[in-house]
Amino acid sequence: MTSIKNLLTTFIFLVLAFSLTACGGEERADRASQPDTQEEGLTEFELEHGIGPITERITLDDELDPEKIEKGRNIYEMKCEMCHNMQGRMVGPPLAGVTETRTPEFIMNFILNPRENIDRHPIGQALLREYLTQMPYQNVSEEDARALVEFMRDYDANL
Amino acid sequence: MKKDKTQKLRSLFVGIGLIAAAGLILAGCPSQQGMMDTRDAAQKVYVAPGEHDEYYGFFSGGYSGQLSVWGLPSGRFLKVIPVFSQDPETGYGYSEETKPLLQTSYGFIPWDDSHHPHISQTNGDADGRWIYINANNTPRIARIDLQTFETKEILELPNTGGNHASSFVTSNSEYVIGATRFSIPYEMDLDVPIDSYSEEFRGALSFIELDSETGMMNMGFQIIVPPYNYDLGRAGKGVSEDWVFFTTYNTEEAHTMLEVNASRNDKDYIAAVNWRRAAELVRNGHGETMSAEYYHNYYEGNQGFAINDVKDQVTVLTPEDGQEFIYFLPTPKSPHGVDIDPTGEYIAAGGKLATVIPVHSFSRMIEAIENRDFEGNVENIPILSYDATIAGEVENPGLGPLHTEFDGRGYAYTSVYISSEIVKWSLETFEVVDRIDAYYSIGHLMITGGDTKNPDARYLVGLTKTAKDRYLPTGPKQNHPAQLYDISGDRMELLLDFPTIGEPHYAQAIRADKITQNVKQIYEMEENDHPHALLRIADNRVERDGDVVRIYMGSTRSHFRPDNIEGIRVGDTVYIHLTNLEQEWDVVHGIAVKGAQNSEILVAPGQTKTLKWEPTRTGIYPFYCTAFCSALHQEMQGYIRVSAADSDVSLAWRTGTN
Repeated sequence: MTSIKNLLTTFIFLVLAFSLTACGGEERADRASQPDTQEEGLTEFELEHGIGPITERITLDDELDPEKIEKGRNIYEMKCEMCHNMQGRMVGPPLAGVTETRTPEFIMNFILNPRENIDRHPIGQALLREYLTQMPYQNVSEEDARALVEFMRDYDANL
Repeated sequence: MKKDKTQKLRSLFVGIGLIAAAGLILAGCPSQQGMMDTRDAAQKVYVAPGEHDEYYGFFSGGYSGQLSVWGLPSGRFLKVIPVFSQDPETGYGYSEETKPLLQTSYGFIPWDDSHHPHISQTNGDADGRWIYINANNTPRIARIDLQTFETKEILELPNTGGNHASSFVTSNSEYVIGATRFSIPYEMDLDVPIDSYSEEFRGALSFIELDSETGMMNMGFQIIVPPYNYDLGRAGKGVSEDWVFFTTYNTEEAHTMLEVNASRNDKDYIAAVNWRRAAELVRNGHGETMSAEYYHNYYEGNQGFAINDVKDQVTVLTPEDGQEFIYFLPTPKSPHGVDIDPTGEYIAAGGKLATVIPVHSFSRMIEAIENRDFEGNVENIPILSYDATIAGEVENPGLGPLHTEFDGRGYAYTSVYISSEIVKWSLETFEVVDRIDAYYSIGHLMITGGDTKNPDARYLVGLTKTAKDRYLPTGPKQNHPAQLYDISGDRMELLLDFPTIGEPHYAQAIRADKITQNVKQIYEMEENDHPHALLRIADNRVERDGDVVRIYMGSTRSHFRPDNIEGIRVGDTVYIHLTNLEQEWDVVHGIAVKGAQNSEILVAPGQTKTLKWEPTRTGIYPFYCTAFCSALHQEMQGYIRVSAADSDVSLAWRTGTN
């Protein structure tokens, strides 16, 4: 009687141990098979325009809006300039020319949803590798992010 | 076959159990250990990692002067909110912004003894907007904002010695109350012989008006009462919501060896005050303005330095014949707690030295007042007849009943100090129906959602005075315990026992969702109205005005700007105004300067705080971020050069160019 019980206990233990290692192994395998950039998870739109609340192209007037530029400048000085110079590396990359290399939607998504872009977007991941600091969300609204784009467009137009 | 036998045995045991239980109840049921099966108890208090508790518990810090916050039922420690004592961990009471909060008419007071937190109420229910707490020693009341869990305001009470019967709020937060535990001469700074007690000393009951939008306090009026000790108070509810009640002891008017001299009378009083009527009398000019010096400390804006608004007068109301707003209810014997049930009908007193728990009826009290059923009168305060107001006396409550809370299901729970137990009794029969041990020497108790019209009554917390052998020993002085009981069933069951901070007296617990929906994650930079805030990093600078130097500094992960400063001189008074420009939840930066006779200052996201520093020696002073904020936290540092008093090193500051 006792030996049967022992056998049973051993069996249960083994099954349990196996299932636990199996789970762990699976997880490890999963991670190992992940490509560095995790690009598969992203839509075409996200790859080009970033991950976040901006999910459609926005229309930009060719003519810049001075009110938006001013607003964007104020937000930049209060919430961004601590880490980003316009020219030259600081905590983060310089912002001059950014409207030429990234789409406005990408810039807005990055401002509005930095964590996910750094975690999942190949550009965010590359930036993290280079600067080693996660850009924080600075409590910026969608409207504020749009104003920041205008401010950067104006800066780049006058380069 | 085997199964049948087990079932038979089980029913036999259940039968014996029932008979035993019935026997115990009939015999007056001795206290029980009442610990439920350990696994069941563990399951009931288990909150999985990452999950949240159902209740916030706010425990007074007692002689720590603070208020601690706990998750219930897990007993997870959440934080200490500094209130009446300096807190070097956060810089509260050390930063220039918070120092004014601790100013009083006696100067800067770095410590007090906080007893009774009470959450603001709307329609008799806790609304989770603010929590008030009293300072017993240098009498004050503080308001803590439950959006930020910070002390925002402190009001000193004049004419008061030991503000113990405080800080209980009325049903719609019209008033928060205070009272003098130690009667004193109430004319300001009166220098009289102590044995002129009966002639010169008086008590004051304080009614502090609350602003319904901001929670701000304003000293409304004080009622001048005979020279007794006014011990505890509570506001009425429902039918009695226009009333507040205070216990008194020392109706003997002793001023020495109160242990003996104040324990002679068989009955002292509960003072019942119709605050609505009293306020009306004051409005109609029956009050008297007298001079008094007391401080009202608060913030004028969202941020900045707390200000000291020094008051020089207070309105007092001295009962006159026929004013009919205050009555005494004779109550045995040196009563401590006075607690009102959720309907507002029952007024239970904890007579420390009484052999019963006397329970007055509010409706009978009103009837007695209408029938002029008075036994006498003290200083124009009618004394009602005990028989006219009493609804019942709970027999065999144990030795030393102190405080009572109610579950809203017809039962009351009284803490009993000397016999160290909690007794549960019926509001219908006034009989004890259950009792359970407390470890050891219980003071206050509280029920989740308690002291409101609608208690949740899932759990009860007992706050005890000594731990003895309950935990791993930590020397001759150990921290005070809290014990969590399940009161959802017929019998109380002990679930959890954990040490607290300071000496918790009263505590309150509120359903978490009433608070979490309002909790702030950051201070919005756009709303930072601090006069020395750094709203644009480009404005970081150092300014000199005579011997006063102001450093306008910003912080973000992972640097300060500026971080190299020169031109400070020995003899300067330096203010470092540090703005945390982060806008991400819980990303805190701190600052500490070598040799500064001050604490560190912690600065929450979007906040500006000021460290005052008076360098006394020349040299290079490193400063650094005290809160581990990022991977490059160790790099978050700077240098300040301090030169001789007569040096001509010019003021300079920079960041980023080596």
